[in-house]
Amino acid sequence: MSALTDFKDLFTRNLRTSGIYIAFVAIIALFALLTNGTLLSATNLTNLVLQFSYVLILALGMIMIIIAGHIDLSVGSVVALAGAVSAVLVIRHGAPWWVGILAALAVGAVVGAWQGFWVAYVGMPAFIVTLAGMLLFRGLTFRVLANVSLSPFPSEYQQVASGFINGLLGGNGYDVFTLLIGVFAVAGFAWSQWRSRQGRLAYNQPVESLVLFVVKLVLVAAVVMAFAWQLANSRGLPIVLIILAVLILTYHVITTRTVFGRHIYAIGGNLSAALLSGVKVKKVNFWIFVNMGLLAGVAGAVFSSRSNGAQPGAGNMFELDAIAACFIGGASTSGGVGRVTGAMVGGLVMAVMSNGMQLMGVEQSTQQIIRGLVLLVAVAFDIYNKRRAGAAS
Amino acid sequence: MSSTILEMQDITKNFPGVKVLKDVTLTVEKGEIHAICGENGAGKSTLMKVLSGVYPHGTYGGAILFDGEECRFHDIKDSESKGIVIIHQELALVPHLSVAENIFLGNEVASRGLIDWHKANAEASALMKRVGLDELPVTPVGQLGVGKQQLIEIAKALSKDVKLLILDEPTAALNDTDSEHLLGLLRGLRDEGITCIIISHKLGEIEDIADSTTIIRDGGVVETLDMHSTEATQDRIIRGMVGRDLENRYPQRTSTIGDEVFRVENWHVHHPSQPRVVVEDASFNVKAGEVVGIAGLMGAGRTELAMSLFGRTYGSDIHGKVFFHGKQIDTKTVEDCIDAGIAYVSEDRKHYGLNLIQDIKTNISAAGLGKISRHGFINSNEEISIAESYRKAMNIKTPSVMQTVGNLSGGNQQKVVLSKWLHTTPEVLILDEPTRGIDVGAKYEIYTIINDLAAQGKAVVIISSELPELLGTCDRIYALAYGRITGQLPVEQATQEGLMELMTIEKTTSTSTTATTSTKTSKEAVR
Repeated sequence: MSALTDFKDLFTRNLRTSGIYIAFVAIIALFALLTNGTLLSATNLTNLVLQFSYVLILALGMIMIIIAGHIDLSVGSVVALAGAVSAVLVIRHGAPWWVGILAALAVGAVVGAWQGFWVAYVGMPAFIVTLAGMLLFRGLTFRVLANVSLSPFPSEYQQVASGFINGLLGGNGYDVFTLLIGVFAVAGFAWSQWRSRQGRLAYNQPVESLVLFVVKLVLVAAVVMAFAWQLANSRGLPIVLIILAVLILTYHVITTRTVFGRHIYAIGGNLSAALLSGVKVKKVNFWIFVNMGLLAGVAGAVFSSRSNGAQPGAGNMFELDAIAACFIGGASTSGGVGRVTGAMVGGLVMAVMSNGMQLMGVEQSTQQIIRGLVLLVAVAFDIYNKRRAGAAS
Repeated sequence: MSSTILEMQDITKNFPGVKVLKDVTLTVEKGEIHAICGENGAGKSTLMKVLSGVYPHGTYGGAILFDGEECRFHDIKDSESKGIVIIHQELALVPHLSVAENIFLGNEVASRGLIDWHKANAEASALMKRVGLDELPVTPVGQLGVGKQQLIEIAKALSKDVKLLILDEPTAALNDTDSEHLLGLLRGLRDEGITCIIISHKLGEIEDIADSTTIIRDGGVVETLDMHSTEATQDRIIRGMVGRDLENRYPQRTSTIGDEVFRVENWHVHHPSQPRVVVEDASFNVKAGEVVGIAGLMGAGRTELAMSLFGRTYGSDIHGKVFFHGKQIDTKTVEDCIDAGIAYVSEDRKHYGLNLIQDIKTNISAAGLGKISRHGFINSNEEISIAESYRKAMNIKTPSVMQTVGNLSGGNQQKVVLSKWLHTTPEVLILDEPTRGIDVGAKYEIYTIINDLAAQGKAVVIISSELPELLGTCDRIYALAYGRITGQLPVEQATQEGLMELMTIEKTTSTSTTATTSTKTSKEAVR
């Protein structure tokens, strides 16, 4: 039967590329079991989103940098600087909340342009430029904050990271609006999948059997609706989740569907060939750093909002979480390979593990050890897979 | 026979879904030069990888007998310890290390963990003398040419007490003088009792040097010829390799030549970092439907001329005029050139032509994404169908356009690069060594493609160091010597001797000091 062979094919063929997804499901199952289901409880899922959103936002920018064959070590410091500038404006000078947000984004973009200039137009290795940036922007953060923490933000500002859309359409103990958004998300996904399937059929491309197609949609729908249900049962739809969803969708499209995205892969895959194919390498490199800075600004706004203030030491080691997320998600250290979805799952793997271990009350030191080992094992597994694939060629 | 050094018996090797080697049996006598011929993808390299332990025992079927005993190599170290050394086509030298350091890399002359440099350099000098390399052992390898690097590889093999030396296309990147020297050296080694296996596409060379030749096709042995018998002719080898008679190595073409499309006038190029002229006062033109050759020896500035024209991707302080359909155009960036309708297919497809980790369709669309996108969004279905159409038109041998380009054979990779540039719908194609490192059958296909392009009215420029190739494909041939165009001949009047004469005209020294030192405006060469 065609559906069955399809399934088999899907499994064997994708095992290599989808190892990370399988690992993700396994980790969720493991921690759900270890925490007696607390991991998947309504409140905890909400917390998970709030607590790790900024790492995912950073990973979105980082994956493009890594695909192009660079690295950015400065994002943690940029997060701190963006939050600090925002806090100074809003808390110290009483500016409105949105001025603070815009300022954070602007700081991020300017920092990105600065680093992009050195990498793209001067031709310095990004490792050096952003290592310098890491020190530079951390120092600036201390300057801006005059070595002290600032808090609290006005409540509108706090809403960005800890706000919810709840009760918009009423509901008895569960939020109808959240469920509706969930339904929309599922419908949108189904529609886009259907359209791409029709497109492939129109161009005589092979497609999976209809049965498999429907099964896949039903599975996705079930997961999304279960997640929405849990959120609806808790505090509703977190605003930051909306921001995150829009960003993920945008960057997924940019990397997979646009000429700009394709150029990033071309640069990372073979720089000389990209140059000789008419790719404006400098421009592309410049803009991915501006973009990284901008996203670090977004993360800075979200983080300062969640921590309700700005601290000179904020965002420490965020860059490493973001980088780890990309590599766990299958990006290659030599560039040219990586996916937004992979980086997101990689980030979620780290998030679920951290959260799960926190719930279990595992010591901080042990958490660090385990996370370090997971990064090591994930990339080792990836290399092992590639070597097997390479030997086959 | 007691003089047999190597017997590979019924070697079978599978990759998932493909049988690469089918019961290959190879017998090599002691002290002979044994050539292995076959089209790319026939399984020659795989066979050598089995022999040298790259594919360890257990991953293939059959047995290897070396010096009468069965060998089960687990890695290259194993085979090297028996005296089997393989020199790959892409040399494995470290450019920043000295000749001596490279020769003894992994095999250092040391006592108690400390390297004895005097001894190492002295031994290196002795080995270098043996291979006829006149350099200091402390010279960094990166400063030497490819020919000398090849000799260092051989010296390195000698330092390991080699009994069986395997060379994978050793002369592919060498000019005639270096090739001659290398072949002479191999003869010398044979006289010392060292056995050689040489993989080569150059049939003249094989005829010249080999004692016997094994022809491989589609993973199986066709036949082994004794090269001292009269039956062993180039034609017979070709017939064995391609499985059919290849009466004419160059497909026939009747050219219909139209108006001039592309003209270069007084083109000057300086070296990107040194104050010397690389291309001097070059002028040439191509007409619609015409195939024009540029013949030049290594270092004559062929690639430099092409790359400096193509978006100034090589050189500094470039000046001169470029005309397109009689109108002067700007070729300052690669995009300008692509937009104008100029395509440049590099001689080095792995470094300048392809993104090896990506699939075929992504590579084919890479230079013409604008054609399949709207508002910056790529139509991926259109992309696949275009790639499919090129796969069929070019006869790219692959099950799917989703195949990673790095897994294709050289000939198929070259077809992907050509497809990529045809997708930009150029009017002028500059093909730099379009058949380098690809086999006879694929070459014929590439020539056919070139003919088709000319028939479509495209202007084609072929840069090549193989004179028979230029004589077989071009309408008109320019000769390039020391950065200057020293003459042009219509193909009817051109002979190898005549071209070679033009290609070796030395510069009259009176104007050689025009080298300006103004590298301020220098553009970095593509590296």
